[in-house]
Amino acid sequence: MAIDNETVRRIAFLSRLKIEDDKLAATEEEFNKILHWVEDLNEVNTDNVEPLVSVNENNLTLRQDAVTDGNQVEAVLRNAPQKEYDYFVVPKVVE
Amino acid sequence: MTDLTKLTLAEARKGLKNKEFSAVELTKAYIAKMDADRDLNAYVCEVPEKALAQAEKSQEKINNGTAGEMEGLPLGIKDLFCTKDIPTTACSSILKGFVPPYESTVTSKLKEAGAVFLGKLNLDEFAMGGSNETSAFGPVVNPWKKERRLVAGGSSGGSAAAVAADMCAAATGTDTGGSIRQPAAFCGVTGIKPTYGRCSRYGIIAFASSLDQAGPIAKDVRDCAIMLKTMSGYDAKDSTSANCPVPDFEKFLHQDIRGLKIGIPAEYRPEGLNSEIAALWDKGIDMLKARGAEIVSISLPHTKYALATYYIIAPAEASSNLARYDGLRYGNRINGTHLDDMYINSRTAGFGKEVKRRIMIGTYVLSAGYYDAYYLKAQKVRRLIREDFLKAFEKCDVILTPTAPTAAFPIGDKSMQENPITMWLNDIFTVSVNLAGLPAMSLPAGLNKDGLPLGLQLIGRSFDEETLFKAASALEEDINFKGMK
Repeated sequence: MAIDNETVRRIAFLSRLKIEDDKLAATEEEFNKILHWVEDLNEVNTDNVEPLVSVNENNLTLRQDAVTDGNQVEAVLRNAPQKEYDYFVVPKVVE
Repeated sequence: MTDLTKLTLAEARKGLKNKEFSAVELTKAYIAKMDADRDLNAYVCEVPEKALAQAEKSQEKINNGTAGEMEGLPLGIKDLFCTKDIPTTACSSILKGFVPPYESTVTSKLKEAGAVFLGKLNLDEFAMGGSNETSAFGPVVNPWKKERRLVAGGSSGGSAAAVAADMCAAATGTDTGGSIRQPAAFCGVTGIKPTYGRCSRYGIIAFASSLDQAGPIAKDVRDCAIMLKTMSGYDAKDSTSANCPVPDFEKFLHQDIRGLKIGIPAEYRPEGLNSEIAALWDKGIDMLKARGAEIVSISLPHTKYALATYYIIAPAEASSNLARYDGLRYGNRINGTHLDDMYINSRTAGFGKEVKRRIMIGTYVLSAGYYDAYYLKAQKVRRLIREDFLKAFEKCDVILTPTAPTAAFPIGDKSMQENPITMWLNDIFTVSVNLAGLPAMSLPAGLNKDGLPLGLQLIGRSFDEETLFKAASALEEDINFKGMK
């Protein structure tokens, strides 16, 4: 599967990254090289093979749905680039 | 007095206990060494005052008989572990200035055991790289043949270099596709990636969550045993951490290995394997044989697909994990006209080239229409890779392979820079282990003709680090790498 300019642009947007127009061609070429390389996997017969999501798929445990922590406003906001009145500040999203 | 920075953890522990020197003297010796070797760029943040204050407390505990298992031992911490009130950046511009309000489980266990933290160690940005060159703080210089400016390996390049240069007694590392073992091999030190789930991932900045594991990089096998014991254990804050007892790994050193079955996988000797590495591997096989171990030929038929599988799964998980860097709650923020604009500006400025590459590949293989063809396919091959190992371990107890296909290469190497796949091929002997979740250790096995260290890797069964330590300790004794330096 080869990808084109438009796909690179779309993937960049989905990744919330900007690729300058003059870098698009190089990125496309590199992407195609990598995708071509991973397509070796198509040689492997995986009929009737279950995907492996995690190696410890059998022992995931549930914990109590209970509050164990809280009142950490200062700690939570300490690293915020912009804050006001104990809130994170974001650009205007509602007109 | 002897140079205290040359001591292993075990030797320093003994010296402290016997009051041959104080914890403060030990820490001061390391601080002086950090000063002297700053040109290696191993540390990205040094905290000498905090370290000295901690060392004083440690000495009090030693004096009043309440010392912990690692009391007063000075460590370097990979800058991927969140450390309370000490800046933590993952060596990315997007996290410059981030000061965690909490401590990772692994570092808090080390602290509780009395360890002294000297500072934070350099790594590839978000642990994505095999040469430490993707770090926003610049590459680490390998202490071996320093004048040649070789890479220290990656991603735990700062950890391996700092241990090799005696800038800390031992260091924490993390390993997603070889990030403990490959730099350990490049720098002539010992490192173990334990079984997935052995150490808690809580507070370790996530790269690929189903593959990431913490582990120690240290001067020798015993030091790895000491440190891994402290780092391991169940943690309710990480649902993937294993609720099983942690053995005293030191007890498995210097044991009789007669009858131990050592698997040698045919697929790890591809045509064109570096002849010096092949020869060292053979030497290792002979050493184990001479001790009465049984050498068994095994096959791991899906080995050739491991890299491609890894470079789908790891970027996929990374793209998801790194979605949290939005310039909003922490890290670098570059404003924009609207919310998306701010995300895009912050992320474009904050992430380096390799990280962006992996985020985009990951986003692509997870996107609608391609998920089945790439991501799901890779997860299926991942199962086959794991089953290869399970089958092999019916015939053997531990597997011996080289750690990396080459020795350390020069910083800025052109062929590596031009083609990302060339760089990724460094992981050829290490990634399968992460995909299968198994424990593996790299130990220095000898020097090549240029005088650079090469490593051998031992791979064990799930939650059987004991056998790894058993085999590694025998090999270490016979190799006598210390005598080669």
